[in-house]
Amino acid sequence: MENEMTAATSKTVRDYSLVGESSRKAVETGLASAEWYHTDVPRKAIKELMQRSDGPAIRDTVIWFAAILASAVGGIYFWGTWWCVPFFFVYGVLYGSSSDSRWHECGHGTAFRTRWMNDVVYQIASFMLMRNPTQWRWSHARHHTDTIIVGRDAEIAVMRPPDLLKVALMFTGLLDFRYSLPGLFRQAFVGLNDEEKSYIPEMEHYKAVVAARWHVAIYIATVALAVYLRSWLPLMLIGLPRIYGSWHMVMTGLLQHIGLADNVVDHRLNTRTVYMNPISRFIYWNMNYHVEHHMFPMVPYHALPRLHEMIKHDLPTPNPSIWHAYKEVWPVLKKQLRYEDFYLKRELPPTAKPYRDEYHNFVIPAAAE
Amino acid sequence: MSEWIEACEVDDVDEEDVIRFDHAGKTFAIYRSPDDEFFATDGLCTHEKVHLADGLVMDDIIECPKHNGRFNYKTGAAKGAPVCVNLQTYPVKVESGKVLVQIG
Ligand code: FES
Repeated sequence: MENEMTAATSKTVRDYSLVGESSRKAVETGLASAEWYHTDVPRKAIKELMQRSDGPAIRDTVIWFAAILASAVGGIYFWGTWWCVPFFFVYGVLYGSSSDSRWHECGHGTAFRTRWMNDVVYQIASFMLMRNPTQWRWSHARHHTDTIIVGRDAEIAVMRPPDLLKVALMFTGLLDFRYSLPGLFRQAFVGLNDEEKSYIPEMEHYKAVVAARWHVAIYIATVALAVYLRSWLPLMLIGLPRIYGSWHMVMTGLLQHIGLADNVVDHRLNTRTVYMNPISRFIYWNMNYHVEHHMFPMVPYHALPRLHEMIKHDLPTPNPSIWHAYKEVWPVLKKQLRYEDFYLKRELPPTAKPYRDEYHNFVIPAAAE
Repeated sequence: MSEWIEACEVDDVDEEDVIRFDHAGKTFAIYRSPDDEFFATDGLCTHEKVHLADGLVMDDIIECPKHNGRFNYKTGAAKGAPVCVNLQTYPVKVESGKVLVQIG
C-alpha cells in the first residue's frame, strides 16, 4: 500500500479557535512559528526559479478577463432562455473559482513582477471572492507560518472530526457565502472581531474596515440595480457567481491538506500535490503543486512544474488525478468520524530524506484531553 | 562605539543577490545591487525573524522567503503587509575587494 493510514494512540480534542486552548498550547510547545523542513535546493537553482516576470501572468490575465467578458456577454444575450446556462456555467467558474488562485498568487506578489499589477488583480479577485483583502492577506500569512497547526491556522478547511454535510455544502458555495457576506457587513458596520484581531495587526484594522465598506457598497448598488430592473441578471453577474461558480475552487482547494496529518512541521506530511488536467491547472494556476508551493512560496505559479521536477525525489508520490485523490480521502474522512486522530501518512520514495523526529514529535494534545 | 567589520569579499555576492553574514551573535544581510553597489541590513525579517538571505533581490527590493514581505534594502523601508516594521540598515564600503560594514 502506497500510503499508510495512521492513528495516534490517545484521543485528542481539537480546539480550532485561534484564541483557544490549542492555540495557547501550540505557542507554549514551540509548534507555532516553528522551523519547517525544506528540501535542499542549490541557491543558484532556486534563485532562477524565483525570478519574476510579467509576461506569463499578463497573458493569463488577458485570457481570463477575455473569457469572463465573452461568457458574460453570452449570458446576457441569452438571458431568459436555457442557452444562457452554459455561458453562466463558464462565467461562474471563472468568477467564483479562478479568482481564488489569482487572489492567492497576487497576494504572495509572485504572479507579476510589477507590484501594482499584483495589487490590482488581488483587489479584483478579493472582491469576486467576497474576501476582505486586508484580513485575508494576514490570514494567509498565518497559514504559511503555521500550516494546519490546530488553533493557529485560520485556513483549515475541514476540521476534525469532519462535518461531511458541511463539506458537501462547500461545493454549493452556500457555506462560504453564508459566512463571507455577513462577515463583510459586520466588518463594515461593527468592526473586526477578536479572532480577526488576533492575526491582523492593529495598524491595519482601519484598512480592513474601509475595504469591507467598499465591498458592501458595491453589493448594495448591485441589489438596487436588480430591484430597479426587476431582474436577477445584475446579481447573476456580481455576487451570485460566488455561489454557483465556486465548486471548482472547492474541488481543487480541499485536496491541499484534507485527510493528512495536522500539527507537524513538514509540508510533505500535511500537504498534497495532485497532477491535474490543463484546464483545471489554468483555473487553479498550478496550485496543484501544493507541497512545492508551501516549501518555496517565492516561486511563481508558472515555475512550479519546474520546481516539482527538481525536488520530486524528496516528496511523496503525487496523486495522479483529482479523482484518485478523492478516492484516497473518502475512507479517511469516514474513519475520522469515529477516530478523529486518524490520518493519512504520506510515504516517501527511497530517494527522499526521511521524516525527522524533531519536525514531528511535538507531543501536543490539540486541546484539553 | 561603531567599527568597520569585514563582512565578505566582493565576489562572494552575485549581482542582484544577497548573502548572510553573522557577527558577534547577530545576523546581517549583505546585498549587491544590479548597479554593483553594496548595502547591509539586519539579517532577519521584522515580521517573523526569517533569514532574508534566502529571499529574492529585485532592483531595490529584498523579498522575504517566508511570506513575500518586501523591504527596500537601501533604506530599510517596509513596503507593505505582512511587513510593517522597517529594517535597520548599516553603512557599507568596499576596500581592496572587501566589503566592510559599520556596526555599532
Ligand atoms: S517572515 Fe518575512 S514576511 Fe513574514
